[in-house]
Amino acid sequence: MHANFLDPFQSRPSLVHSLDARVKVVLVVAFILTSALTPTGAWPIYVMLIAVIFSAEIVSELGLAFYMKRALLAIPFVLAALPVLFTIPGPSLLSLPFGLQLTQPGLERFISVALKSWISIQAAVLLASTTPFPDILVALRALRLPRLLVAIIGLMWRYLFVMVDETLRLLRARSARSATAANPALRPGGKLTWRARVAGGMAGSLFLRSLERSDRIYNAMLARGYDGEIHSLPVPAVPPSAWAALTFGLLLLAFIIAIGRLIY
Amino acid sequence: MFAAPLPMHIPDGFLSVAVSIVFWVISVIVIGISLARVNRDLGERQVPVMGVLAAAIFAGQMLNFSVTGGTSGHLLGAALATILLGPWAAVLVMTCVVAIQALIFQDGGLLVLGANLFNMAILGPFVAYPVYKLIQRISGGKPWGVFVGGGVAAWASILVASLSCAFQIALSGTSPANVAIPAMAGIHALIGLGEALITVGALSLVYAARRDLLQTGSAQPVRNNTAVWVGGSLLTLALVILSPLASSNPDGLEWVAEQAGFLETARDPSYNIIPDYVLPGISNEATATILAGVVGAFIVLAAALALAYARRKRSA
Amino acid sequence: MSCVVEVEHLSFSYPDGHSALNDVTFSLGHGQKVALVGPNGAGKSTLLLHLNGIHPRQSGSIRVSELDVEGKNLPRVRALVGLVFQSPDDQLFSPTVFDDVAFGPIYQGLSAAEVHTRVEEALEMVHMEAYIRRVSHHLSVGEKKRIAIATVLSMKPDVLILDEPTAGLDPRARRSLIELLRELPQSMIVATHDLPMVRELLPRTLVMDGGLLVADGPTAELLSDPALLHDHGLEM
Ligand SMILES: Nc1ncnc2c1ncn2[C@@H]1O[C@H](COP(=O)(O)OP(=O)(O)OP(=O)(O)O)[C@@H](O)[C@H]1O
Ligand SMILES: [Mg+2]
Repeated sequence: MHANFLDPFQSRPSLVHSLDARVKVVLVVAFILTSALTPTGAWPIYVMLIAVIFSAEIVSELGLAFYMKRALLAIPFVLAALPVLFTIPGPSLLSLPFGLQLTQPGLERFISVALKSWISIQAAVLLASTTPFPDILVALRALRLPRLLVAIIGLMWRYLFVMVDETLRLLRARSARSATAANPALRPGGKLTWRARVAGGMAGSLFLRSLERSDRIYNAMLARGYDGEIHSLPVPAVPPSAWAALTFGLLLLAFIIAIGRLIY
Repeated sequence: MFAAPLPMHIPDGFLSVAVSIVFWVISVIVIGISLARVNRDLGERQVPVMGVLAAAIFAGQMLNFSVTGGTSGHLLGAALATILLGPWAAVLVMTCVVAIQALIFQDGGLLVLGANLFNMAILGPFVAYPVYKLIQRISGGKPWGVFVGGGVAAWASILVASLSCAFQIALSGTSPANVAIPAMAGIHALIGLGEALITVGALSLVYAARRDLLQTGSAQPVRNNTAVWVGGSLLTLALVILSPLASSNPDGLEWVAEQAGFLETARDPSYNIIPDYVLPGISNEATATILAGVVGAFIVLAAALALAYARRKRSA
Repeated sequence: MSCVVEVEHLSFSYPDGHSALNDVTFSLGHGQKVALVGPNGAGKSTLLLHLNGIHPRQSGSIRVSELDVEGKNLPRVRALVGLVFQSPDDQLFSPTVFDDVAFGPIYQGLSAAEVHTRVEEALEMVHMEAYIRRVSHHLSVGEKKRIAIATVLSMKPDVLILDEPTAGLDPRARRSLIELLRELPQSMIVATHDLPMVRELLPRTLVMDGGLLVADGPTAELLSDPALLHDHGLEM
């Protein structure tokens, strides 16, 4: 089994891919912040944000369809915002059974929340699929995340695939033995608590094996001179072109925020 | 399949900027303390132990068991990590898991990551620890203390985290408190049962194979965790007491927030202002929207042209 | 003659487009023991995972004890095909040996008494009765292999499928595993790189390479054909 499909990075020779990871992280967070600051019902601003993110997606050469598919992830959570349709007071648009009133400000609020999360998740997808993970790690380090945390996350990424492989193999071995009896009258599946205990057993053995594996890794690290200090090569300077992209991007976003704040 | 199973990873867009920032600050402080504590307790072993276990918890969240009719129970793992590693290390492990889920798999947003970290990586261990320890103490060190304590801690960690999640959403004005809190609590009281069952299953395997890990004073140092005791208990009590208050009437949360003087800062100032549209020179909203659409179309067109140009240059 | 396993024109590509099986056809009679050999990446494991439907069939047909390995038959097929994975750690995920061996019978809904008999019988067949209360996590590799075999024997399968059973065993554990496989009455397919074991234990051999079944015949004949062995990266 190969869990490589987990890695969302998709290599392409595009401008977005080649942009410095630090700049990309900052711009993506700034973009999400901009969308969070966009007032409810400021439709023109949303159109601009969509235009900006679509542009970046086109330039990334991965195809809009790819992003649309990945952006569906946030949909289930939209349920949580449904009640505002009916609870924000205002002019009623539609009367529904049970005395529910669909109000105009409610609808605006709901659509705004849905748009914000749709726009933001696209930016996050863009970051993850155009930036190799090691570059994101360097960016986190450059953005002053504690070294220790960066080192832990780096090691986690390295073993993530090993662990996911291991989990998939466990699940596969379980389904290989999940069978029905020769006697069709018997109901397969066992008791609920028993099934949960089996899944728990898998979690427990995964945990124990990882703990033992971490001992071996630690010894291997010691064998190569590890002393608890995390040494890493200095982060190279941000090239001028990346500075330019950063400045341009931040100005654009500041402009969008300003319009939103001035008009609404 | 790799989306974590819990409807608890808040995406971007659902929390106001103020709420997001407040929880970022809280989370950064607690994670900073955890880093220092784990550094002291584990020393140089911490990188391999924390890294590998974070990977294991991430992978373990894929483990499931069928409940009925297509629904299944899953593991979040905060309580299990807390019981086996102690609260501070559990905070770090869960922090890595939740951060990677947001950063790489878009499971939960980036701006709201502070809030998600608070619910799942901080509150989870902080609730599980006192509950587990208390029950274990009551049991007088008998094995049932481990299992009952572990199960209740797992259930409580899910429930309290979901309450906090509902509060954050309600404070941001994205969902009314009297709907969000009972709904989240109801769903997660059930989901928490799945968590409790898997956690007990995992603990019984560990109990059979490596009992030493469950005996206090071995794998996890038990020095002075008063902060977790006090903090965890207070947070749990606060959320459990505030929830019925906040959801008892339609304005419950407003009432709570007013008492705390929090509401005004919590909501974006623009939230209450229904757009009263004035754009110099343009008389109505429809025109402005069309204009924005045109501007947007130009931006996208420019991007496409830039792309075509870049490609030509490369192939030339 | 009715066969336990019949595979016809089976082809399979992984989602990434890699074609791992190409028009594979063979059948296995009752009580027959065959070896499946071939270089790394030949497609042996992929073929084995088809036999109990872990990989859904893309084209061709697979029948086990007269049942199509497909859709609604899968739950039954999984009891008839005892698949033993290469790494016993994947197969042993419960606290004790008893729990692991009892998984299949409990899942099938058998009564408690019957579950106990099944477990005892299965452990007896692999000569591990004394281990019933042991913790799986602490066993040696050789012991784990035997328990892994018991976990499928407890389902009373018609055919045993073993993926590299002797990999990682010391000479003594390997020897006793070979004796165990010799004693077991079930039909079996053994994917392996251990040609001495094949010669000793399995009268018939299938050779795979690059997703193709390139030879199928008596072991003695195939293993004494130096050209064939050389072409497919095998060495005695
Ligand atoms: N999940 C997967 N996705 C894509 N390709 C795969 C996957 N699993 C296996 N393969 C490929 O399919 C081919 C057959 O693999 P398989 O594991 O069946 O070989 P094998 O004969 O069992 O080899 P070995 O002797 O190493 O166990 C190999 O080329 C392998 O790289
Ligand atoms: Mg193989």
